[in-house]
Amino acid sequence: MLSLETITNSIQQWLYSTFNPTMALILECVIVMLLVIGLFAVLGLVLVLMERKVAARMQIRLGPNRVGPKGILQTAADTLKLMMKEGLTPNGADKFLFNLAPFMVMIAAMLILAPIAFAKGFQIWDINIGVLYVSAVSSMSVIGILMAGWASNNKYSLLGAMRSGAQIVSYELSAGLSIISIVVLTGSLQISAIIHSQQSGWWLFRGHIPAMIAFVIFIIAVTAETNRAPFDLAEAESELTAGFHTEYSGMKFALFFLAEYINIFIVCAIGATLFLGGWMPLHIGNWEGFNHIMDKIPSSLWFLGKTFLLIFLIMWFRWTFPRLRVDQLLSLEWKYLLPISMFNLLLITLIAIMGWHF
Amino acid sequence: MTREAMKEHITRFLPDALFEESGEWLNVYVSASAWKGFAQWLRNEALQMDYLFCLTCVDWPPTAAAKTQAPPDTSGGGLLTMVYHFTSTVFRHTLVVKIKLNRNNPEIETVSDTWRTAEFHEREVFDLFGVRFLHHPDLRRLVLTDDFEGYPLRKDFEDPVNMIKL
Amino acid sequence: MYRETQIIETDNIAAAGADAAGAALVINVGPQHPATHGVLHLVITLEGETIKKIEPHLGYIHRSIEKMCESLSYRQFIYVTSRMDYLSAHINNHACALCIEKGLQLEIPGRAQVIRVLMDELTRIASHELWWGAMAMDLGAFTPFFYAFRERESINDIMEETCGARLTMNYMVPGGVMYDLHPNFQKRVKSFIQLFNSKIDEYDDLVTGNIIFQNRTKGVGVLSREDAISFGCTGPVGRASGVTCDIRKLYPYEVYDKVDFDEIIETAGDSYARYQVRLKELRQSVRIIEQLIDNIPEGDFQAKTKAVLKLPKGEFYSRVETARGEMGVYIVSEGGTTPYRIKFRSPGFSNLSALDHMSRGSKIGDLMAIMGTLDLVIPDIDR
Repeated sequence: MLSLETITNSIQQWLYSTFNPTMALILECVIVMLLVIGLFAVLGLVLVLMERKVAARMQIRLGPNRVGPKGILQTAADTLKLMMKEGLTPNGADKFLFNLAPFMVMIAAMLILAPIAFAKGFQIWDINIGVLYVSAVSSMSVIGILMAGWASNNKYSLLGAMRSGAQIVSYELSAGLSIISIVVLTGSLQISAIIHSQQSGWWLFRGHIPAMIAFVIFIIAVTAETNRAPFDLAEAESELTAGFHTEYSGMKFALFFLAEYINIFIVCAIGATLFLGGWMPLHIGNWEGFNHIMDKIPSSLWFLGKTFLLIFLIMWFRWTFPRLRVDQLLSLEWKYLLPISMFNLLLITLIAIMGWHF
Repeated sequence: MTREAMKEHITRFLPDALFEESGEWLNVYVSASAWKGFAQWLRNEALQMDYLFCLTCVDWPPTAAAKTQAPPDTSGGGLLTMVYHFTSTVFRHTLVVKIKLNRNNPEIETVSDTWRTAEFHEREVFDLFGVRFLHHPDLRRLVLTDDFEGYPLRKDFEDPVNMIKL
Repeated sequence: MYRETQIIETDNIAAAGADAAGAALVINVGPQHPATHGVLHLVITLEGETIKKIEPHLGYIHRSIEKMCESLSYRQFIYVTSRMDYLSAHINNHACALCIEKGLQLEIPGRAQVIRVLMDELTRIASHELWWGAMAMDLGAFTPFFYAFRERESINDIMEETCGARLTMNYMVPGGVMYDLHPNFQKRVKSFIQLFNSKIDEYDDLVTGNIIFQNRTKGVGVLSREDAISFGCTGPVGRASGVTCDIRKLYPYEVYDKVDFDEIIETAGDSYARYQVRLKELRQSVRIIEQLIDNIPEGDFQAKTKAVLKLPKGEFYSRVETARGEMGVYIVSEGGTTPYRIKFRSPGFSNLSALDHMSRGSKIGDLMAIMGTLDLVIPDIDR
């Protein structure tokens, strides 16, 4: 069976046998870089189209269906349009920060991609503090958003950035605590170790109800962290026109837009890794036959399937719920989610110590 | 409350009020100087006119005054008639109050403190007729630009650029 | 205009000494803003996210319809009024027709009366539909908009068939209606009512019961009964504050005194109450249509009138209930073929004047809930 692991291994062997080790490492870095950029482009196209199709389906309409077969080239056409647009910089804006901000957001999104395992043995960097790295780097994107809001010299942008700052900083706590509960169960911060620990079953089921609570809190928190409805206050267009990216146009706007979707992909990938076993197939106890069939499905498909399921969930939220108000958003976090997740963490610790999980 | 009872109440408060009964509702003419006290009396005393549902103005320039039904004009410079339509949400009776103003120097006390809806309606009348409401909290042009000249709803307003004569 | 205001605002705050001038943030919502549904311009003074003051700037779509009407004949000017509150164009036309008929002392045929009421109620449903979708969109839920438009579309189709237009119908003329009903009218209205009854429950499922929606609207923008009367708020806004102000009940016109329907009164006065009033009104409108659709009397659809109408000298005032509240038409006639002076009392104008009072102290997110439930139509305010 063709697996991604064999391909990467053969490429590595070929590189090291052909070039000297330094050169081979540099070449590997270049290949990884190209792959990441390629993934970004593809994800952007696919996710935007998916969002539009999902929204259309929920809103009893057809969605894009003119460009290409079934409209699949719609996002490509949109990107082309955005590239040809003039990138305006408003008068009185801080030009350096204004132009830097979209790249900050983008770079933060790219960095988190490093420890994610896309398939069995297909991972850029299996760092031993993978989970810590992810939560540390993901909070960097707020800097880019604040920068954009401040540098735009626009009151709507500023309000949006302020909201976004308060929101991301608060919800990071809950997201972090939910992640920690899995770390407690696994006893490791390394992504590959976390996935391997789920060989006999996903943490979502093995950790009993506390793990499910952690999962729900994680989904809520990451929806808020990615500024998606119903927590899209930072760009609430009926209130703040477009929030922090009001003044952006053309490709700079596209970068923000793309970063939003990449972030969704990343948080869903992390959710899938931590709670749904990453690329690990679904195994049920000692049903040998069933488990064997599940093993036949390639690991990359497992990973992408789980991730896109979570992405669909988050899109579903967006097209169903109204938006929260800023004070309700914060009280939801500080008064409800944070105490619950703290208590939940205690329970999970108890489960881990007593070995009650199966 | 019947029309007669209403008339009686008003005459008791304001002996020199003039009545006109041709229309659907009772109309009463009061003088601009008596208006402020009368308005507060209308709102708070026996009649309880708490709902001002229409506030507007009618322009009667001197040329038109001669051949129209315009109310008698004593100053000669034409008239602006303020028209207030009141209803009481308690008794469900309706009253129309009219006040004649001098067209060249129209000034009247505001009633925006008695009926809050008057604030916007008076600004509109100021904007389109040029009636100055004394003690209005924020008397500025409402729909037209601040530097607009003239009062478009007056009969003698001419705008050769934007108006199309039919 | 906008720059000047900004300077004035900041000065006022500094002069008042309430806050340091830097603490207040003045933002312009509109004239081009997704939440104002038209060219309304609000200058909002904020402290953090809390609203200190709202100042509406009007006139971006002022056409001076009142002046225009002074040079149009009694038959002609009705059509201009469709362009005021374009969502209840029918009802505006109805108010004008009623006022002219009052002046002419014209008795209109029973068939025309029923047709007018049917059309009014269909318009009301269409208008509330659009409000429902737009309000949900203001609060960040996009999907309801499409659901609302699905049903509104079938009303527009019915209108198109009978009146020849979808939005500005111009169907009412002095003395009745312009044409007779389309043969399909009854059939299509009945099938629409059947479909619509099931859809209202769907609206409840999608929005009303949503906990986020309830939190966003309950206790937001409270308008007390006294203030509602003082500000002249009518229609669903007034009724949500407990004011009995349905003209259809208080001063019945056409056949409203013969049909059985309830005036919806809520007492909370907040955005949620206004929402509830409108949603329940949809069901009442359906009730009225159900009673009338099978009982359209035979006969003329228009009374015999002269080709050129002349109103006697005098003043005439008619009041009707539009989808937004009380609409008044005040005609001063000199006996000629054109009105000497005409004034439209529009519901939106008075409702807007309460906005500042209602939103002080709320968050900027609440403003969308308040404006959404006020259901402002800007051409109606500017005229």
